[in-house]
This record gives sequence, C-alpha cells and structure tokens, in this order.
Amino acid sequence: MANLKVNGKSHTVDAEDDTPLLWVLRDHIGLTGAKYGCGIAQCGSCTVHVDGVAVRSCVYPLGALSGEEDITTIEGLSEAADHPVQQAWAELDVPQCGYCQPGMIMAVAGMLNTNPNPTDEDIDAEITNICRCGTFVRVREGIHLAKTKKA
Amino acid sequence: MTELLNLSRRKFIIATGATGLTIGVLAACSKKPGEPDYSDLEANPEVNAWVHIDHDDTVTVRIARSEMGQGTLTGLAQLVAEELECDWAKVTTEYPTPGQNLARERVWGDFSTGGSSGIRRSHQYVREGAAAARIMLVEAAAKEWEVAVDECTVSKGVVSLKGSKKTLTYGKLASAAAQLAPPLEVVLKDPKDWTIIGQPKLRLDTADKLTGAQIYGSDVKLDGMLTASIRQSPQIGAKVKSFDAAAVRSMPGVKKVLQVDDDAVVVVADTWWHANKAVLALPVEWEGGVAFSSAEFEAELDDGLTSDDAFTGNKVGDIAPAFANAAKVVEASYNMPFQNHAPMEPMNATAIWTPEKCEVWCPTQNGEAALAAAASAAELPIEQCDVYKLLLGGGFGRRGMSDYVTQAVKIAKQMPGTPVKLQWSREEDMMHGFFHPTTKAKARGALDADGNLTGLHIRISGQSILAALMPQALANGMDFATFQGLLPSGVDARVEDQTLKYTFDNLLVDHAMRNPPVRPGFWRGVNANQNAIYLECFMDELAHEAGRDPLEFRLAHLKDSPKSQAVLKAVAETSGWGADDGKSRGLCNFYSFGSYTAACAEVTVDDDGNLKIDRIVAATDPGYAVNPQQVEAQVQGSFVYGLSALLYGEITFENGMAQQKNFDSFNSMRISEMPKVETLVMPSGGFWGGVGEPTIAVAAPAVLNAIYAATGKRIRQLPIKDQNLRDA
Repeated sequence: MANLKVNGKSHTVDAEDDTPLLWVLRDHIGLTGAKYGCGIAQCGSCTVHVDGVAVRSCVYPLGALSGEEDITTIEGLSEAADHPVQQAWAELDVPQCGYCQPGMIMAVAGMLNTNPNPTDEDIDAEITNICRCGTFVRVREGIHLAKTKKA
Repeated sequence: MTELLNLSRRKFIIATGATGLTIGVLAACSKKPGEPDYSDLEANPEVNAWVHIDHDDTVTVRIARSEMGQGTLTGLAQLVAEELECDWAKVTTEYPTPGQNLARERVWGDFSTGGSSGIRRSHQYVREGAAAARIMLVEAAAKEWEVAVDECTVSKGVVSLKGSKKTLTYGKLASAAAQLAPPLEVVLKDPKDWTIIGQPKLRLDTADKLTGAQIYGSDVKLDGMLTASIRQSPQIGAKVKSFDAAAVRSMPGVKKVLQVDDDAVVVVADTWWHANKAVLALPVEWEGGVAFSSAEFEAELDDGLTSDDAFTGNKVGDIAPAFANAAKVVEASYNMPFQNHAPMEPMNATAIWTPEKCEVWCPTQNGEAALAAAASAAELPIEQCDVYKLLLGGGFGRRGMSDYVTQAVKIAKQMPGTPVKLQWSREEDMMHGFFHPTTKAKARGALDADGNLTGLHIRISGQSILAALMPQALANGMDFATFQGLLPSGVDARVEDQTLKYTFDNLLVDHAMRNPPVRPGFWRGVNANQNAIYLECFMDELAHEAGRDPLEFRLAHLKDSPKSQAVLKAVAETSGWGADDGKSRGLCNFYSFGSYTAACAEVTVDDDGNLKIDRIVAATDPGYAVNPQQVEAQVQGSFVYGLSALLYGEITFENGMAQQKNFDSFNSMRISEMPKVETLVMPSGGFWGGVGEPTIAVAAPAVLNAIYAATGKRIRQLPIKDQNLRDA
C-alpha cells in the first residue's frame, strides 16, 4: 500500500513499487488525463507535476515517491480550465487529435513555474514532447500567449 | 453555384424525443472524465439522421466521419449549420454508430475517413440534409401562423414572420417539423452567401482536450473491465509454437493467459502494467517466420529500376527519340524507406462478448469496417454487434485497419461477459504497423541545347499497397495508386484528383512492382509523399542542369494548370524567391487529393552539415476552405509528419523483424526543429479538394531542394539523419 497526494486529494493505492506513476494514476486512481505514448520517457504524453516540476510519469516508479509530494495532473491543473496555458490553448485552437496535449500542457505549465517568461530558445530546450499531428507552431504561439495571461 | 437537388432518393428525418435531448455514447462519456457512463446506451438509442434539435434549441449534428485531429468534425458541422441557418453557438455533434447506419440502410453514407475525403466526399449530401431540415422548420412555422412559407424569414435558428414581431425558435418547431414530409427539392446556398462555411470558427472539440476530460479509446473504462497486453510475432510470418502460461499466471494481477490467432499471445490482468509485465515475461516459442532483410531488398528495388516488367502509369509522346537526340541527359535515383504511422495513441480496442451480442469501443477511421471485423471475430450476425467510435489519438491511415479490433473481440470471446480493453504497447505498435511502402525511383531527363526538357522518364520500383490490401482494385495487375500525382488527366474520373499537372511533350512514368513480405498501409499522403520527391527534386535538378531558374522552369511546364501556377507563384513571391539575400530556398508544387499545393523552404546548413529548416511558406488551393484556420493547422501539422519522415523516418527489417521499436529509434521532430510556417490558404472555388494530406507532399522536396541551394549537394536518400549534408 502506498499513499499519494494527487490534485490535493489523498489516495491509498495497492500497487507494487515498480509501477510507474502513470499507471497508478490511470489504472488505480482513475485519472486518465495523462496518456501512455511510449513508456520510455521519449514522447512526454504522460507528463505530470511532482511538487510543481514536470516529470514523465511513465518512468517514475511509485517507490520513488514518499507520499508527501504534491502530484498534479492535467485534471488538477486548474479548477475552471483557466490556467494561462489552458486559456491560450483554447484561444488558439492548439490541439488537433489532442492525445499529447495533456502532457504538452503540463510540460509548458511546468516550464512557466520556473521560467515565467521563456524565450524561443528556452522553449526549444525545455519542450521536447512529441506531437505527431504537428501542433508545434501553435504550441509556440500558445506559450507566448500564456505568458500574458493571468490565472 | 445554386443547385436544384432531387432529394426523393434520400432519407432525411428530423425528430425530437419527448424528453428532448438524446445523448449518444460520446456525449455521455465526455461529461464524466475517468468514469464514462455507458449505461444508457441501450436505453437511449439514436433515432435521428443528420440533425437533432432539442427543445432548448441545441442543435446536434450527426457526424459520420471520424475525427482524428484533422478538424472534419467541426467542418462538417459548419456545412450543416450553414444550410440549416441555425445558431452556431448552439451546435454540438455526435457520432451515430456503424450498427445504426446498417440498421437504417446506411442513411449516413460512408463512415470511412481517409484520402482527405471527410468533407470533399460528403459536403453535398450533408448540406442537402441540412437544407431540407431548414425547409421543414420554416414550413412548420408557416403552418403555425397559417401563412405562406415565403412570409417567413429565418436567421440563427429563429423563424420570423415578415411585417410582424412574431418569432419561433427551431427548438419550438422541431417536433412539428418532424411530422412533415421532407422536401423533394432543395436549393443550396450560393457560396457568396455563406456565413459559417469559410469562417475560421474555433473547433467544437477542444475544451475537453485541455482538461484531461476527453475520453480516448485508451481511456475507456467499463464496469468489471480487465485490461490486456499483446505480444505479436516479432518476426514476419512466424507463428506461436508454444507458450508457458504457468510461468506468469501467478504474477500480480494476472487473470488469463491466452493465444489470439496463430501469431499472438495475450495476458489479461487487472491493470495494464500487470498485463504488460506478464506478457513480456511470458516464455513463447515462435516458428516459421520469414528472414526478410530490408537492406537485402535494396537489390530487388535496384533491379526494378531498369527491368522490363513495368506497368505504364502515364505516357505522353515518345521518350526514345527525345533521349536519342538530347544535348544532355540528366539522371538521378531516389528512395523512400518504410515508415510507421506512429499515432500518439497506440492501437487499442475494448470489447465485450456474449453469445448474443458483441460491442466494441475503439478509435477507428473506418467504423463500418471495424463493425464487420468485430462481427466476423465474434462469429455473430452483424446485427448483434456494434462499434462505438471514440475520438482518435491520431490516425494517419493506421486506424483504417481493423486488426486490433479483431484481436480485442477474439480476446473478449474467450472471456464471455467480461469487458476487456486491449492496449498495445508502443513497441507492438511500432513493430506491427501497416508500413508506408518502400520504393525507389530512377528519373531521367532529356534536355535540348536550349535547356528545354524534351523527354522525362520516371521509373518507380517497389511495393504496391493495393496488391497487399485491395488486390481487387488492381487493373490487370497494375496499381494505379502507385502513380499518385503522376497520373494522366482525363482518363479515369476516379483518380482525376491525383493527376499530374505538368505538361510534358514526351513522358513515361512506369512502375516495376517489387513486393516485400512487409504489410503496407495507407500512410498520410500515401504515395504522393515519395512521388512528389521523385518528381519535384528531379525538376529542380533538371532546372539547374538546364541553367534555368527552378521557378521559371516549373512554370513553363505548368502552362496548362493556372491553379498550380497560382500557388507556386504565391509561395515564391511571399518567400522572396530570387531575392539576393543569401538565403537558401527550395521550391515544390504538387497536386493530390484534389488540391493544388506548393511550398518554398528556407534552410541553413552549417559548416558541419547541420540542417536548420528556418521557414516554409506554403500555399494550398482546396477549392473551398470550409475552415481556413483549420486548413492552416493541417498545413502546419502535415509538415511535421512529412519532415519527421524526411529527417528521421525509417523502419528497417533484419531477419524479418522491425528494428525500430519506439520513438528512441523511430524519432519524430520536436518543437526545436519546427520551422516557421506561413500558410497561404487560396480557395479559388468551384471544386472541393482535400486538406489533411495534400500539403504533406510538398514539405520534403522543398527542403531537399533548399539543401541543394545551400550546399550544392543533392540529397536523394531518405531519411537524412545519418548523412552529412556537406561532404561528398
């Protein structure tokens, strides 16, 4: 049994220590916003925040968590879907199929937590998520727009 | 373009239930993230065709085609809303099921979503249906007021009586309208009167994608559901000889270990992690595979470049005298390796089977094919089966196939009454694709002393998609699709949307079919991808060899295609083609899926041969741009897909096994590599071309031609990841 704090709520899950956080969230807690895309931390579809830092949950074992961390998933990013990134994404119609976007949004929100005013170079360095629909042009526009938004 | 249409052959029904809103599976499940409620699916079946109007004026548009990110769902809704004259702010959508379509004599037509056809092949009947609904609603108002129909006007879902303040909303009229006979004739709007079509409306399906509430196939959860992970034969053609279920049966969460067909093993467990861990640990012996090597297959492709056994796809004049009399003969060979579709959401389907019924939840580009596959696997009459389509986490052609649906049903059939979700791992998805076929091409051009192209021969050698997937579509053995974008105009109306727009005095395009044992598939853009490289990189080579400007050279051969000229000139002008500014530019134009497209790429290649694609100006003329901002999104996105293939995309086979298993070895471009994209949406009207695929073809050739402009070195082999762009 392990304890987790996810989106402000406490959960006790019956999962082995090697279970990736992604599958704890999806199959044990029922939060399916974070997506499985590769399982090897390549694509970023599974990105969530651990204490505000974007992590790739598909390779983040449950055993690496103490239970004290604040885990935030896309479902808990904001209460009214009004996080600056969500606002910008809606305004620019960023998603296409949308499958990678929970991870993309969490990666961008994580970057903005530490760097509220990223340059294009910062974006290139920090946002490495794969999007096969190819939303990158609008993702970049969205990040710059999100910088101007208030939650 | 006002048309009188006879609707007597069509069914159009508009109705409202006593309780108003009817909710389909998607509407129901999208409201409850993580815990979709499918319980009222049986109790609350769909009963309407294209439009359902609730008492509160909510308009639900029925969408037959699949949404996989390309925006068709919103575009089709715009077509309906335009003719319906409803309030766009009150439009919502839902999918009828393939089973409902079957039961209602295919009232919604074709569900398949490929070939960039979602809008261009259904705009007519969708608009007719909506126009008929509007006529019935207005007629209902006229009856209510006891006036003639032409006393009524309609705007944004409100019918008004001329010269009075009387109004009735669609929601109030819907029940009465449903009782009326559909009109026999409708007049569609003149495009100049469109107010919703052609507008950059925001997509209708964005909100849930921003919060995690959107339910994809991977997210489906049913009461009592178990999850399965699969291991298919890693080697082409190999079968399961034996497997040791006992070795993994006691692993955590494992419920069942089973075989599906003769080439796959499956573990069903309480969670996917448990299922996947166990299936990876399962000892399996395989037998009887094929030791196919893509490296060795190169020799067969090379043989096809000069062999005599070729199908002629396009022949104009006679190239032999042109080459015999040429002042200069130019020759170049190109290739296209196997590509995986690699949609972000790996293949999956959820099925429940009982002796009486089989239901499947899945992302599919072809709901009707998925239903047929489900019924066949279920060994039940098709009327006792249904498929519930979910939004696709990418399709790109992969989800036009139903292999994963068949597997899910066969698993569920071994566990009657238990819903099972089959979720492929990325590795399974990568190794068991329906791969973009591999081909090579040898292009030869004859130039006269004045630099005119007097003869052109393009020999394609390689795999036919149709031979593997639709052999009945071969014409005396020939695969016409292989010649996509290179076909003669005016010969076959079915492929007029994939024809060559250049005019050449002497031309031969032929194909030596060389089929490897790798299963091919329709991959976004299909054969236009490599054919555009073969044609447009070679046109660039010819222009340089002839000492002519590549733009002028192309335009000279586009003399009979003003629309092609228009898009090409537009990208050249916007990008600054010909400017003496030190920038390295490359051009491309191509016609496919009924749309005229062009691109001008700007690149930088540093001294070490590192490539930076700085900017691409793209133009497309799809005839009508139903939603210009979504056309723009498709242009941008198609470039990511096409350029990822150019830069990295390659599936190789050794000993019959795909060597790339995940995104670490089958890479996809990232935001840091994304050029600026300027999209010129240039709808010239009068025809309906595709959007999702056509522009993909122009990205790679434009970049390759720009690389030459930067380096003087021709890159003719894909992908370019392991090549030095500067050294010889």
